[in-house]
Amino acid sequence: MNLQFIADGLIMGALIGLGAIGVTLTYSILRFANFAHGEFLAWGTYFTLALASGFGAMFGGSGTIGALSFGWPVIVAGMLAALLTGLLALVLDRLLFAKLRNRGNAIVMVMASFGASMALRSLLEFLFTAQPAYFSRDIQMAFPIAFGIRLTPDQLFLLAMTAILVLVMERFMALSPIGRAMRAVSENPVLARVSGVDVERVIRATWMIGGALACAAGVMLGITVQIRPFMGFDLLLPLFAAAILGGIGSVPGAVLGGLIVGVAEASAVQVVGADYRAAIAFLILIAVLLVRPAGIFGVRE
Amino acid sequence: MSQPILAIDGLAAGYEPDVPIVRGVSLAVKEGEIVTILGPNGAGKSTFIKAIAGLVPKFAGQVVLAGGDITKTPAHLLARQGLGFVPQTENVFTLMSIADNLRLAADILPKAQRAERIDAMLTLFPDLARQRQLLAGRLSGGQRQMLAVARALIAGPRILMLDEASAGLSPKLVGQVFAKLAEIRYTGITILMVEQNAKAALALADRAIILVEGKAAHQGKAADIASDPVIRQLYLGVAPAKGAA
Repeated sequence: MNLQFIADGLIMGALIGLGAIGVTLTYSILRFANFAHGEFLAWGTYFTLALASGFGAMFGGSGTIGALSFGWPVIVAGMLAALLTGLLALVLDRLLFAKLRNRGNAIVMVMASFGASMALRSLLEFLFTAQPAYFSRDIQMAFPIAFGIRLTPDQLFLLAMTAILVLVMERFMALSPIGRAMRAVSENPVLARVSGVDVERVIRATWMIGGALACAAGVMLGITVQIRPFMGFDLLLPLFAAAILGGIGSVPGAVLGGLIVGVAEASAVQVVGADYRAAIAFLILIAVLLVRPAGIFGVRE
Repeated sequence: MSQPILAIDGLAAGYEPDVPIVRGVSLAVKEGEIVTILGPNGAGKSTFIKAIAGLVPKFAGQVVLAGGDITKTPAHLLARQGLGFVPQTENVFTLMSIADNLRLAADILPKAQRAERIDAMLTLFPDLARQRQLLAGRLSGGQRQMLAVARALIAGPRILMLDEASAGLSPKLVGQVFAKLAEIRYTGITILMVEQNAKAALALADRAIILVEGKAAHQGKAADIASDPVIRQLYLGVAPAKGAA
């Protein structure tokens, strides 16, 4: 049996997991399901594409690093784009969610996020057209790893980046004052305020972090697959499945959930064919909600 | 006369402006005092103390802490201004360790003081020191209350406010918590506490204010109130002693 599908599933799962960190943090700290989160992936990727093209035009050349299909322009652009995506999330909060937060209920916020998602996606199509774009059109050679599994250098880079980002995030949440404050607000906002936590500041940090990680996930998706305005929206269901499977509020849970969803999707393709791939995240979501609504690491239902 | 550490003047507060729950209460708490807020259920005791802590909207009146007007100060800044508050329920972060509960509250202090203040709390509450990595959600009711008090004390408040610290505790644990409060008072911290357990509260406090329907029905020395059968029967739901009726 060829085990390649497991590797493919893990790579997709790592992407989903990275994106799901933002979903799980927004859900637990701002207490609503942000359906516009997928757009942060897409916007982050297009920010990166635009900046990287700009750098290429300014400094010339599109040199690559080692065996990777991309070079410093994409990496530097990606870091700037992560910041921009965080700011985009902040602006969206200021213009929309902050106004609804104090008077609306959760369902109003969710519906608003649906609207924001459509608007952001349409704007992206308007600016960049619906045509797929690529960071690089070079064909990358996959080389054998073990058990007949082959990976491209880009895919290995992606796995390593995900591991690093997740470890850094986990330590950040555990040890930094702002990470502690985020955990506190997620559990009990009133007690957090009494303890001196500025909840608005925590909310701003949540948007920045969620936006930046969404950008990272989007860029990696753009590198390994392609860039489309719908790339984030198409991942929305897997993102939520991963966040809920891992347990709302848990960073390691979101990533583990992402990996499970990714591998499950890839396995399903083997068994029932690619047509049903999209149904798998949905099935996982329903199963978790029925069997263990709190998720793997979750404490809340 | 020394200046009151906390001066509340004509405070009206509640959740809806047209339905104030607290209706014009004034109270002055002097430095080093223990003052208890008593009254029947629904009298507005909890709303009163939450309004001071910035958690319930105030509609009228003024709150002054150590000479500074805190009427409009947001809740998260009050801890920095010397006000520590222990809510009645959900007063610790159950998903965080004892150490993280304390660290979170210490984060508002300058970096150099944080470790020292956490150590001071662990010395004051040795039960917590023994299990600092334990999740607060695993603590027993009494220990949880101690952690809640430690969390509120860590930034070194001028005044400690507690909303029914004895709620849900066995008489023995109430005794322990109150003994700790007496110990804390001797370190110079003023205490303002809402209590349902009038007998225990009056034994600990210097003075008491009795709220009825959102207004101050009576204020006086705790000892006088404790020994006044009329007040006890009217407001505190304490039956007169046998044979007295």
